[in-house]
Amino acid sequence: MSVTEAPLGANVGSALRRKEDPPLITGHGRYVDDITLPGQLWASFVRSPEANATITSIDTSAAIARDGITAVFTGEDMSDLGGPLPMAWAPPGVEVNNPEHWPLAKGAVKHVGDPVAVVIGKDRYAVQDATEDVFVEYETLPAIVDPEAAIAGAPFVHESLGTNKVHEWTLAGGDVEAGFAQADVIVERRVVNHRIAGAPIECRGVIADYRAGSLTLYTATQVPHFVRLFMALLLGLGEDHVRVIAPDVGGGFGQKLQVYGEELLACWASRKLGLPVKWTETRSENMSVAHQGRDQISHVKMGAKRDGTITAFHVKILADFGAYNMILTPLIPSLGAFVMGGCYKIPNVQTDITGVFTNKCPTDAIRGAGRPEATHMIEVTVDQLAHELGMDPLEMRRKNFIPKEDFPAAVATGVVYDSGDYHGTLDKLMEHVDVPAFRAEQEQLRSEGIYRGIGFCTWTEICGLAPSRVTGPAGVGVQAGLWESAMVRVHNTGAVTVYTGTSPHGQGLDTAMAQIAADRLGVDPAVVEVIHGDTSMGPEGRNTYGSRSLATGGEAVVRATDKVVAKAKAIVAAELEASAEDIEVTNGKFSVKGSPDQGMALADIAGIAYVGAVPEGMEPGLEETTFYDPENFVFPFGAHACIVDVDPETGKVKVLRYVAVDDCGPAINPMLIDGQIHGGVVHGIGQALYERVHYDEQGQLVTGSFVNYALATAAELPSFETDRTETPSPVNSLGVKGVGEAGTIAASAVVTNAVIDALRPLGVDYINMPLSPMRVWDAINHGQGASPEGGSQS
Amino acid sequence: MIPAEFEYTAPESLDDAIRALVDAGEDAKLLAGGHSLIPLMKLRLAAPSLLVDLRKVPGLHGVERQNGAWRIGALTPHAVLEHSPDLGVTSMVAATIADPQVRHRGTIGGSLAHGDSASDLPAAMLITEAEVTLQGPNGQRSVAAADLFKDYMTTAVGDDEVLTEVRVPALDGWGCGHHKFNRRSEDWAMVGVCVVVKASGPTCEDIRIGLTSMGSVPSRATAAEAALRGQELSAENIAAAAELAADGTNPPADLNATADYKRHLARVLTRRAITDALSSTG
Amino acid sequence: MSSTVNVRLTVNGVERDLDVEPRLLLVHALRDNLGLTGTHVGCDTSNCGACTVHLDGRPVKSCTVLAVQADGAEVTTIEGIGTEDNLHPMQEAFWNNHGLQCGYCTPGMIMAATALLAENPNPTEAEVRHGLEGNLCRCTGYHNIVKSVLDAASKSGQVTA
Repeated sequence: MSVTEAPLGANVGSALRRKEDPPLITGHGRYVDDITLPGQLWASFVRSPEANATITSIDTSAAIARDGITAVFTGEDMSDLGGPLPMAWAPPGVEVNNPEHWPLAKGAVKHVGDPVAVVIGKDRYAVQDATEDVFVEYETLPAIVDPEAAIAGAPFVHESLGTNKVHEWTLAGGDVEAGFAQADVIVERRVVNHRIAGAPIECRGVIADYRAGSLTLYTATQVPHFVRLFMALLLGLGEDHVRVIAPDVGGGFGQKLQVYGEELLACWASRKLGLPVKWTETRSENMSVAHQGRDQISHVKMGAKRDGTITAFHVKILADFGAYNMILTPLIPSLGAFVMGGCYKIPNVQTDITGVFTNKCPTDAIRGAGRPEATHMIEVTVDQLAHELGMDPLEMRRKNFIPKEDFPAAVATGVVYDSGDYHGTLDKLMEHVDVPAFRAEQEQLRSEGIYRGIGFCTWTEICGLAPSRVTGPAGVGVQAGLWESAMVRVHNTGAVTVYTGTSPHGQGLDTAMAQIAADRLGVDPAVVEVIHGDTSMGPEGRNTYGSRSLATGGEAVVRATDKVVAKAKAIVAAELEASAEDIEVTNGKFSVKGSPDQGMALADIAGIAYVGAVPEGMEPGLEETTFYDPENFVFPFGAHACIVDVDPETGKVKVLRYVAVDDCGPAINPMLIDGQIHGGVVHGIGQALYERVHYDEQGQLVTGSFVNYALATAAELPSFETDRTETPSPVNSLGVKGVGEAGTIAASAVVTNAVIDALRPLGVDYINMPLSPMRVWDAINHGQGASPEGGSQS
Repeated sequence: MIPAEFEYTAPESLDDAIRALVDAGEDAKLLAGGHSLIPLMKLRLAAPSLLVDLRKVPGLHGVERQNGAWRIGALTPHAVLEHSPDLGVTSMVAATIADPQVRHRGTIGGSLAHGDSASDLPAAMLITEAEVTLQGPNGQRSVAAADLFKDYMTTAVGDDEVLTEVRVPALDGWGCGHHKFNRRSEDWAMVGVCVVVKASGPTCEDIRIGLTSMGSVPSRATAAEAALRGQELSAENIAAAAELAADGTNPPADLNATADYKRHLARVLTRRAITDALSSTG
Repeated sequence: MSSTVNVRLTVNGVERDLDVEPRLLLVHALRDNLGLTGTHVGCDTSNCGACTVHLDGRPVKSCTVLAVQADGAEVTTIEGIGTEDNLHPMQEAFWNNHGLQCGYCTPGMIMAATALLAENPNPTEAEVRHGLEGNLCRCTGYHNIVKSVLDAASKSGQVTA
């Protein structure tokens, strides 16, 4: 039983069951499509069936003539927008080609699903019917699908640019050529990190309600504050007249870290028509137009001395961004570059990134965003180096770990890892996995024709996205500060409301933040309500992505709560004629040290604060706000192992066992950490074995639904074993690091290494993901992997 | 994703259902569980003008034994077959269709009349040498499973006919095996192989091997069957016969499998399904 | 518009009378016509199971059932099995075992799970995993969902093998 009741003041660290759950398990959640506004109209989009085409005509007359249809709009109708859809990355000194991207196409479509027109009418069935009566004529152009051909030259996705290149960006530390000169062994290979989807089970959805000069937008988003800013800018409204609400959001995984054209269009149309406009995305739409992730082809080169010391790592990434830059598209591979040395002391590390346009759905952040790719490249290459050196892969890792005493550790990529104990997590992993026993079993099974393998991954990543001075315009180039806010209000009765600027959508932050605030205030977490996802409530926020919400938003709650506590202590000190420094919070009371019986409960203090009986010079009320901008990122880490069986006759891989030891600092709620790891690991296993977005040579999306975009079900997976070490981060007072992306960052490499380990006796030393049965079978039978190409990509 | 508009009727007798079909012509479709048809209608790959719902028509449900065969009403859902182990390979195959929710709604009659070569039951009907009853305006006729599947999603069921029941020979004393290969358990078969075998001591008295997703219609691996019939059921003979399992097939390639890979799978799965079938005879 | 059809059905024990287009999906009848928004839509292709309800006691995907097909039937949705003050044991088990994160797949998952236990009150882990093969979750990796279902089974007085 994981229901834990902790004494007052000791909730942090306990597996408290979630405050979020009662409405969600009884069918009383409130997701966007659950909301109905009086008079609301419905929108449905006419989308391009073409990958690349010029629009020669659009005939909307039959659609508008249908019963129940209010309006049909095309791109030409939206000439009053303040600008195209945003791309918010402008790194100093880097030229980024950024074609205009509009909510509805203007004269050309650039990928299957690109919106061409929108039909608005009385109900969801009528508008879908009417989209079939919008007749669009296209002049088909050649589809540009292969990123390597696209970067080589014409034809161009955007003719006016005269190139398919988006940008070039390099991060180099040390001198990789000098490093390779010192190496005795060098491994080079082509690593493909294929395109995947975010695939939250709730698709996107919006309701925009413009009335009397003010706009309210309900949207399934991770970033309501960013959406508000851009709705205001693009519609010419003051931010004070725009309210964006993220109600219950059914998963995001990065896909909902975006400012989407459909959001803007619904707002624009509501203003134009004077009625609320609702749009609920279908899964088919979500698979073709909600931004996707990964899609990198990399040439990796790693060198080591004969004793296993890694001397250099050089990665050249060609990143397929699809047809447009979304809000952070070209930044994403760079997030991996900062940790391209992994948890190893590699003096020479260089990442060269080239972005390229193709006629596909745009990519942007999907769970892990750059860091799963980096970890995959590092960890499959370290394994191969160990193999070629005849070293144990774990010994190879241990030899190169940044030692515990080096932290905070400045690494070659220019960032400072905050804290780490990589030997510690690997030691802990070894308590769960008996490698010698496994090797004996593996040998025995091979003689019976059973190919069992074990894979490892020791990883670190960069998250807790902040601080503003590094991530912002003068640093990495994001055109926003990435701090976080919190406001803590103690009500008259002693009940507490915490307003966080983060915007969680399943992570359990209501519970974790309530635990944090409750302990400091000496109250039960049950009386602490956490409010988020509404730009009209609480201070400006920077929302939820990049495993940031606890490390930034949690610390903001600490600081705002501590301000409240300080004021409460001052009130108590005056009441009890003591010094504020002598007041402490114990057993739910603010009392003088040594006299715990004479304390005051928070409700009593609030009473004084709100009747205004506060000490001379003190303002009444009991609420405080904080904006917290950390000094550094945080760098969680861990060691994972996976055991698989590979059917050598069919190529089918079965995951038998998965053990994850992670370190994200002290646990606020260990149950929530385990949950994040489980889900993250399955996202990574999914990429390794099942999931793939595939476009054919004509740029048609082959994987347009859950029939063939294969999310794993419970039946394919084992239960997981999780454990932790707790190495505090010095960056925030809680010592916490992010955990939302951790599992995903580690898992694809672990699974791949396990499959390779199983198949080495058959001559296989690398297979690119997804390790689908046919691809594995192909590798077994056609001896893939020996060449630097590392296998077929089809 | 919603279907295009259509008219709807739920007649209370078979005659009325057939009359509705005759009156509406080829734009009408019968609705049983709807788990083949409604998905196509939602994607607007099918847009019938009239749906004739069979749910009120009596006598189309149930599984009962009659004269050495199982009589299965057309509206019997897959879940009932799954939980009727006496049906042997039919039950075994039904248990692997999609997922529990689909098995509670999808019906044997709907599946067979739809005739998707990737669906699981048709191959089982081929190897049990089942037959179906078709009722039309001019009376009823029986069609052997071998004659039912004409082409991709095309069956011998006429536009004005209702598939009312399936008769599956009981095959008492036969062993059965089934291997469905897919990436996820809820998926369609990449390749499926079902087998029934009658052994007499060590000898194969008779064997039938059904293939799913290996062509535009379900088929039997006749060369492999012939290679084993009358032979000793040794591991070597089974393996040798299984090598013939893909002979004459022309499987459609897809995202996850080339034709060559499917043929390879058919051979591997055939060997495994025969081996399982043999062990099931105890 | 095609002619409407009268449908009478019992939803969560309450008799309901609706005039619907024949093409109206049961899930939309529940959500839009009856305001029971606990049943969700997550895909177009009968894969995700977020729309799972019980039709005459059996789990079905209500996005692949026409409302007219439910005429005369009993429908049970997530709202019909328990309330916040009086949770169904399966709801309680999901809460206790962190069997949900974003909560979107949860109603369908709980309805599939209760049907699973009705058929097999004492399942093994493998049986639970196969029994949930028609329901997709992107958040939990299924680990805690499976744990929740096994917990609910063990609390129903059965002993898990």
